[in-house]
Amino acid sequence: MEIIWQSLPRLLEGAWLTVHITALSVVMGLLLAVPLALLRVSRNPLFWTPAYGYIFYFRGTPLLVQIFLIYYGSGQFQTELDALGLWVFFRQAYFCAALTLTLNTAGYTAEILRGAIQAVPHGEIEAARASGMSGWLLYRRIILPKAFRLALPAYSNEVVFLFQATSLVSIISLMDLTGVARVIAARSFAFYQLYITAGVIYLIITYGILFIFKKVEFRLSGHLRDRKDTVLAVDGVPVR
Amino acid sequence: MRKLYTIIAVALAVGLAAGAAEAGQKVRIGTEGAYPPFNSIDKDGNLVGFDVDIAKAVCAAAEFECEFVVQDWDGIIPGLLAKKYDAVVASMSITPERKQRVDFTDKYYNTPAKFVARKGIDLQISVDGLKGKVIAVQRATIHENFLRDNYGDVVTVNSYATQDEAYLDLVSGRADAGIADSVAIMDGFLGTDQGKDFQFYGPDFNDPKWFGDGVGIAVRKGDDELREKLNAAIAQIRSDGTYEKINAKYFDFDVYGK
Repeated sequence: MEIIWQSLPRLLEGAWLTVHITALSVVMGLLLAVPLALLRVSRNPLFWTPAYGYIFYFRGTPLLVQIFLIYYGSGQFQTELDALGLWVFFRQAYFCAALTLTLNTAGYTAEILRGAIQAVPHGEIEAARASGMSGWLLYRRIILPKAFRLALPAYSNEVVFLFQATSLVSIISLMDLTGVARVIAARSFAFYQLYITAGVIYLIITYGILFIFKKVEFRLSGHLRDRKDTVLAVDGVPVR
Repeated sequence: MRKLYTIIAVALAVGLAAGAAEAGQKVRIGTEGAYPPFNSIDKDGNLVGFDVDIAKAVCAAAEFECEFVVQDWDGIIPGLLAKKYDAVVASMSITPERKQRVDFTDKYYNTPAKFVARKGIDLQISVDGLKGKVIAVQRATIHENFLRDNYGDVVTVNSYATQDEAYLDLVSGRADAGIADSVAIMDGFLGTDQGKDFQFYGPDFNDPKWFGDGVGIAVRKGDDELREKLNAAIAQIRSDGTYEKINAKYFDFDVYGK
């Protein structure tokens, strides 16, 4: 028990790295996923094939392989990257990890958004066209807002998966929550205590993420709920 | 009911057979397979190295039927405690910290630790000299403990699952220097193509507080029968010349130490 209290500050420090690398990757990944999804739903093969290939690769290979590829793979092209002035970034494990997580989640998120875009009811699009909207305006006002709303439950899953997948970054020497737990456990041999504590911290943060998504979902689905001042019946007689 | 008797009879027979096969006692040996030249996996997927040959020789001397289990280093003691294997022959140093969890046989080799870095840099191995440097080390090793305890306040410690990954980051320049067993560095890195621009820095480190009393075979606490048989086997291969032959196969000096 004592070892848990002793290691808690270091574990929380690790948890902080886990949280901010997740947040950074989620935000960057989403920014990348929106254009990717738009390319993916395009009917022009020049647009959809590269997007399809990208999504196919990042969904089809293990994240661990992607991390190794970018981290140790970039080490092999050090001179080339140096010439391009990129080595200062690839030199840092944090950059490599955040880049891999971003690219990975962008692939998954793009696929979630593609499904959502294609699930936007045809009638709404027709109505928008009838009102004279087309192209970017149609996407900005009607399709994307609706698609985001539709995608939210699946997207919250993706964020939780990504958060948990960050535990892999300890492999490339980053001191995230898992990394810290491994180092302390290896020294103290208190594997059970350390990993259960790390597990509980992951659990708390995961439910924190889910809570935020629940709030957002609630806020975005106001139009689907009865208004608070709706009158359902007058003197026992239903009004509608 | 008859079926049940049959099952019991078969079970008894199997039990007796297992008892009769005591001569060829089955022992599972845990090793890492990523720590050349002591233990590694060759191109064909076979376990090779000094540890592996020693383990085979010890098994032959003790008349054990041995089977190897490959396990990542930082899980190698938990794996032993969880009975995934019965003994660890993986260049594990006999340290006071580890002795609290497992028992060790007598040592079967003892070599010092050293720092390694790119040739031609000005690197002083001292608290001042290492200030601000990034040092690569394998996780859960005596070298990591030594590094954190002595230089942890001034250096950034990058710890890796395997020694090979630590070398990769030395080559790529993500780490300024590394620390590991001198023989492992010599044969596993300096003698290879990727390590040709690197050299040792600073003195030999062998303070027993961190580096223990050499490398032994770890067994579960209280597994005294196995430990004693292994000790006898180590003594036998030391005296009958088998050890020297294995030593000569890998090194041109004596790794047994004083």
